[in-house]
Amino acid sequence: MALNQITSSSRSKLLKPLSCFSSSTSLRRPFSSSSDDNTVITVETSAPFVGHNIDPPCRSVETTPKELLGFFNDMAVMRRMEIAADSLYKSKLIRGFCHLYDGQEAVAVGMEAAITKKDCIITAYRDHCIFLGRGGTPFESFAELMGRKAGCSKGKGGSMHFYKKEAGFYGGHGIVGAQVPLGCGLAFAQKYSKDNTVTFTMYGDGAANQGQLFEALNMAALLDLPAILVCENNHYGMGTAEWRAAKSPAYYKRGDYVPGLKVDGMDALAVKQACKFAKEHALKNGPIILEMDTYRYHGHSMSDPGSTYRTRDEISGVRQVRDPIERIKKLIISHNLATEKELKDIEKNLRKEVDEAIAQAKESPMPDPSELFTNVYVKDFGLEAFGVDRKEVKVVLP
Amino acid sequence: MAVMLQGVVATAALSSSAAFDSKGAQLPTVKFLLERKGGFLVDRSDRRLAVFASNARARSASRLVTNAVAAKTDKSTASAASKIGGHEILLFEALREGLEEEMDRDPRVCVMGEDVGHYGGSYKATKGLAKKYGDLRVLDTPIAENSFTGMAVGAAMTGLRPIVEGMNMGFLLLAFNQISNNCGMLHYTSGGQFKIPIVIRGPGGVGRQLGAEHSQRLESYFQSIPGIQMVACSTPYNAKGLMKAAIRSENPVILFEHVLLYNLKEKIPDEEYVLSLEEAEMVRPGEHITILTYSRMRYHVMQAAKTLVNKGYDPEVIDIRSLKPFDLYTIGNSVKKTHRVLIVEECMRTGGIGASLTAAINENFHDYLDAPIACLSSQDVPTPYAGTLEEWTVVQPAQIVTAVEQLCQ
Repeated sequence: MALNQITSSSRSKLLKPLSCFSSSTSLRRPFSSSSDDNTVITVETSAPFVGHNIDPPCRSVETTPKELLGFFNDMAVMRRMEIAADSLYKSKLIRGFCHLYDGQEAVAVGMEAAITKKDCIITAYRDHCIFLGRGGTPFESFAELMGRKAGCSKGKGGSMHFYKKEAGFYGGHGIVGAQVPLGCGLAFAQKYSKDNTVTFTMYGDGAANQGQLFEALNMAALLDLPAILVCENNHYGMGTAEWRAAKSPAYYKRGDYVPGLKVDGMDALAVKQACKFAKEHALKNGPIILEMDTYRYHGHSMSDPGSTYRTRDEISGVRQVRDPIERIKKLIISHNLATEKELKDIEKNLRKEVDEAIAQAKESPMPDPSELFTNVYVKDFGLEAFGVDRKEVKVVLP
Repeated sequence: MAVMLQGVVATAALSSSAAFDSKGAQLPTVKFLLERKGGFLVDRSDRRLAVFASNARARSASRLVTNAVAAKTDKSTASAASKIGGHEILLFEALREGLEEEMDRDPRVCVMGEDVGHYGGSYKATKGLAKKYGDLRVLDTPIAENSFTGMAVGAAMTGLRPIVEGMNMGFLLLAFNQISNNCGMLHYTSGGQFKIPIVIRGPGGVGRQLGAEHSQRLESYFQSIPGIQMVACSTPYNAKGLMKAAIRSENPVILFEHVLLYNLKEKIPDEEYVLSLEEAEMVRPGEHITILTYSRMRYHVMQAAKTLVNKGYDPEVIDIRSLKPFDLYTIGNSVKKTHRVLIVEECMRTGGIGASLTAAINENFHDYLDAPIACLSSQDVPTPYAGTLEEWTVVQPAQIVTAVEQLCQ
């Protein structure tokens, strides 16, 4: 029932029926050629934006078939990767902490659609999918998760330390909230070099209560830094619900003098609209806070069952009504960009690709023992200087 | 002083060696003796009294100047100050000169800190720079150490070269998470993708009755952080050289300055020079004993060295400068020559730089030592406000002389 509502609402609110018809005739062809089509489709977001000290952007988002199919593709890979990581963790190939992002994929893909690789993104430890969004491959991710040399951080970082410098992805941080000042530093450097780019500093509803966030926000506002603070509000800080941790869970309002925007984080198009709006704002006026109302299906991490502080009905309810991939699927099908069967085939192919990446990662070698001492310092003088005789190279591992 | 010692002799039971109150001046020396040579002491209290007695004689005889700081005219520093040219400069001006030269040379170098811009720096290390380079390049931050250090690390990840000034090193404890986890470890956890060419500097150490919270020595807290380098400057010559080297280094460097050394005057070369971050400085070559020290204690050691020379000893004084990593090459060569080591530091006794250095020397040069390594450090107490008490929390030249005499027996 709810599903029909969504379908019918998106259909009924089409503002440009003519373009819909014209695209639909051309789309009777197989989907591969329709994805080349750059016809503009206008969609209304699921919920209106709510602004704090700012006029929110309008609800209608323009998109193209290529973009929608791209969203579907990317989100399906992300979902598949996180579920695969779940089973790899249970079979003890991934150890330590593993924080999964399934349910929140819309934030990652929506953000990517609005920005370039020159803009920076920095986030906390729930970073696998943002890494994929920035151009990382599933192979690199799985290799890193399994601690292999071919991982994106050479196996030395792990789940919480994915980085991709050339794509402007600055990680990957384990300490809650510590990435927010770093993000403001990235924005500072962008302002310093005047390159008209912005930084998206992501954090969760749990980190929103950290003092360093408000310190950094104060500095960003003082200096008009192009920093966009994105609060991914999945309503639970590990086991603590937001209303138990924050006196004011309206995170988009907590910037006070900094404008804020509340966005439905399960709707990739709404996220895209908000990020585009925020980028324009930040380049002109300084920092802005985006609160993404989103949800994670898994627990906080793999050691958390995720059901002690919320009911299974709640989880499955959100999955039925608000799932981001289902929403895009409905849009694609309703605009006749592809059939249900075609989408299922795409998903099957992606699943196969991800499985291949896993198999490849399983085969790839562990780091050499000598890697223990590399990258501690730049040019790794550390090995030699700690020695007694400068000509002698030390360190023989047992 | 003699009266106080009488009082000590009178009281029979001295409680645990860790208790230090206003009883006597020589307790630091006593403590280390007891701990080092604890194996062959028969009766602690007797030994203690004996030490007191001998020290009382030594002290009244020599009349050493305590708190030797700004009266530096020692030409025995290994500064290669040119005989011909050169200009006289104070230490904080030398820091500023180094900073300015580096900011001229590389537009990516910027400064962040509290009151560094318009105010010129609370110790005038950045005076005039904001006018010259602008407010963004010499940034006045709000009082938010955790986040502006984090901001500097984030900026460094993109390629900028920020210099973070902690108004007092002690305030950087608030930024410990950023320094330890992000600054020190990002190069490693990203597999080498990000470099953090940041310099964190500020004054630390025991000053003139600044109170416990403003007299902290953070070297010992930071020394275990992997991925950072620590250096301590002690003269205008090495302050400028180390500042330039730290800014040019691709690694995060923490530069420890000392509150009481900012007004030291010295002649430094006119031409540009950069020192090596990992090298120690030979202050005074000698034959009998190696004295390792850094920062302000260098001056106490040199003061004691004068007395020792008069008594016929020939100490070799090395300013280790590089606190992480230790320059075991220079230190090792010295140990191989003299076979005796005394470490004089301002750090706390527990877990301080001296403790690590003792362990490192013992590990590597044990065969060359004729006597156990002695380490004189500050007491494990919060620095008291009262002047006399504060004097006795740090190592004084008299204690250094006594320690050398005992080691060289």
